[in-house]
Amino acid sequence: MTKPLLNVTNLTSGYGDIQVLWGIDFDIAEGEAVCLVGSNGAGKSTLLRTLSGLLPARTGEIQFRGESIANDTPKHILSAGIVHVPEGRRLFGPMSVIDNLLTGAYLRSDKAAIRQDLEQMMELFPILAERRHQAAGTLSGGEQQMCAIARGIMSRPKLLMIDELSLGLAPKVVDSLGEALRRIQQQGLSMLLVEQDVVTAFELTTRGIVLDSGRVKIIGPTSELSENPMVQQAYMGLM
Amino acid sequence: MTKAQTQFLLLIVGAAVLLLLPVMSGNYTLRLATIMMMYATLAMAWNFIGGFTGYPSFGIAAFFGLGAYAGAVVQARGVPVVLAWAFAIVIGSLFAYALGLILLRLRGHAFAIATLVIAEVLRELTNGMTDLTGGGMGLNLPFFGWGPDALGRFFFYAMFALAAITLATTYIVAHSRLGFGLNCIKQNEDAADIVGINTTRYKIIAFTLSGGFAAAAGGLYASWTGYIEPSDVYDILFSIKPILMVLLGGMGTIFGPALGAVVFLVLDEIVWRNFLQLHTGILGLLIVILILFLPAGVLSFDWRALLKKKVSAT
Repeated sequence: MTKPLLNVTNLTSGYGDIQVLWGIDFDIAEGEAVCLVGSNGAGKSTLLRTLSGLLPARTGEIQFRGESIANDTPKHILSAGIVHVPEGRRLFGPMSVIDNLLTGAYLRSDKAAIRQDLEQMMELFPILAERRHQAAGTLSGGEQQMCAIARGIMSRPKLLMIDELSLGLAPKVVDSLGEALRRIQQQGLSMLLVEQDVVTAFELTTRGIVLDSGRVKIIGPTSELSENPMVQQAYMGLM
Repeated sequence: MTKAQTQFLLLIVGAAVLLLLPVMSGNYTLRLATIMMMYATLAMAWNFIGGFTGYPSFGIAAFFGLGAYAGAVVQARGVPVVLAWAFAIVIGSLFAYALGLILLRLRGHAFAIATLVIAEVLRELTNGMTDLTGGGMGLNLPFFGWGPDALGRFFFYAMFALAAITLATTYIVAHSRLGFGLNCIKQNEDAADIVGINTTRYKIIAFTLSGGFAAAAGGLYASWTGYIEPSDVYDILFSIKPILMVLLGGMGTIFGPALGAVVFLVLDEIVWRNFLQLHTGILGLLIVILILFLPAGVLSFDWRALLKKKVSAT
C-alpha cells in the first residue's frame, strides 16, 4: 500500500475545559475524496479546525505527506498543502470576487501561474466570472460558497477540506457545486468533505467517516455505508 | 490626471505652503501649524491600528504620555534633545509591542476598553514615581536659551519632519503586503488566518507603529512646551481627538488622517473664535453632521462631480 497523503492517529482536541475529540484515527490517500458525517456537535468542524491549525491538537499525531504538522501554524499548514474552506464561507465582504480569489494565493509568488489559475476558476465557476468585480458580500449564498471554494483552490492545495458544503443552499445550487467538485477531483485533488446531508456526501465521495461524540464510529466505502442499517437509520432518515 | 496624481500634487503644494510659513507668518500661525502637524501625526498613528486593521484603539494618549515622559525624564538628566526623542520612540514602541502581545487577543469592545484603561494606569504610575517623574507636580525640562522665534521655528520643523515621516510610513504600509494583510484582517480576521496571513504578527506590527509614532509626538511635545504633568499628557482627549480626525478625513486611507486633523483644528479655531460660550457644543454638532453626511470622510467627497453639476446647471 502506498503511503497515505494524510494520516491522523489518536488525535484529541477541544476548547478550554471541554474536550471534543477523543482519539481520532483515519487516513486519506492521494486523490481520494472522503466525507465526514455525524450529527451536530459530533466534532466535525473541530476536527477540520485542528487539522488546519486553527485549534491546537492536545495529543496525537497528524502526518501530512510524511511530515508531522500537528500544532503547526495555519500559515505553515496551508503552505504544506492543506486548505480549509470554513463553515459560513468567511469571505472578505467588501472586496471584489477577484480580490478574494487572489487572497487565496497570498502565500504564492508565481504571478503568471496565479493568473492562469484565476482563469481556470472562472471557467470552473462561470457565475464568478460574471460577478468578478462585485463585492463578495453581495453575492448569493451559493455564489459565496463557490467563491470560498475557488479561493481555497487558488492556494494550489493537495487536500481541500470543505466544512458544511450545502448548508443553507438550494438543491439545484448543491448539484452544480457537486459537479464542480467532481471536476476538481478528476484533476487529482484530495478532498475531505464535511456534510450534514449524508445522501449528498455519499454521492460526492468514495469513503466515509462517521463521527459520533468525538469518536470515529465507522469508516468504510460510502457504497457500504449507505447500505448499513445503523447509518441509514441514524443519518439518512430511512427505515 | 489620475486621482493619485492629483493627491500627490496637492501634497506637494501643501508641504510647500507649510514650509514657507516660518518666513511668511507670525508665531501664532506657526504655533497653530505645529499643533496641527502633531495631531496629524497622532491621527496617522491611530490609523495604523484603527483605520488599516480595524481595531478600535483608545491607546494613543497612553503612548503619547509615555513618550512625553520618557523623553522628558532623560532630557532633564542632560541627554541631548534628539537622543531623548529617539529614546521616547524606542520606549513607546517596546511598550506597544509588549502590550500588543497581550491585548491583541481581544477584539471589538473588549479591546477598546482595555486600551482605554492603559492611559489611566500609566497616569497613576507616573503620579506615584515622584523621584523619577516629579509626580503630580510635573516635570520641568531644561530651557534651550533661545528666543521665542527661534524656538517656534525649531519645533515647527521638527514636527514637520515627524509628520512627513509618519505620512511616508503610512504610504509604504498601505502599498505593502503588510497593508494588504491588515486590510484582510479588518474585513474578516478568521478568513485572513485561513488564507495564510500571520494575523498575530501583523496586528502587533500595526500596534507597535501606532505606539511608536504617538510616543514620538509625545517626546516632541514635551520638549516644545518645556513643562509636562500627568493629567496634561495622559489626557483622554489625546486618544479621542485622533479617532475623530481619522473619521473626518477617511478611515484606512493615506491622506485622510492628516486632512482630518487639519479640518478638525480649523473648525475648532473658527468655532472657538466666534462662539466663545458654546464652542464645544457647536464643534461637536458640526462633527456629527460631517460624519453623518460623509461617513467615509472628507477625502471621499467628490469635488469634481460637484463642479460638473454646477457647470451643467448653468
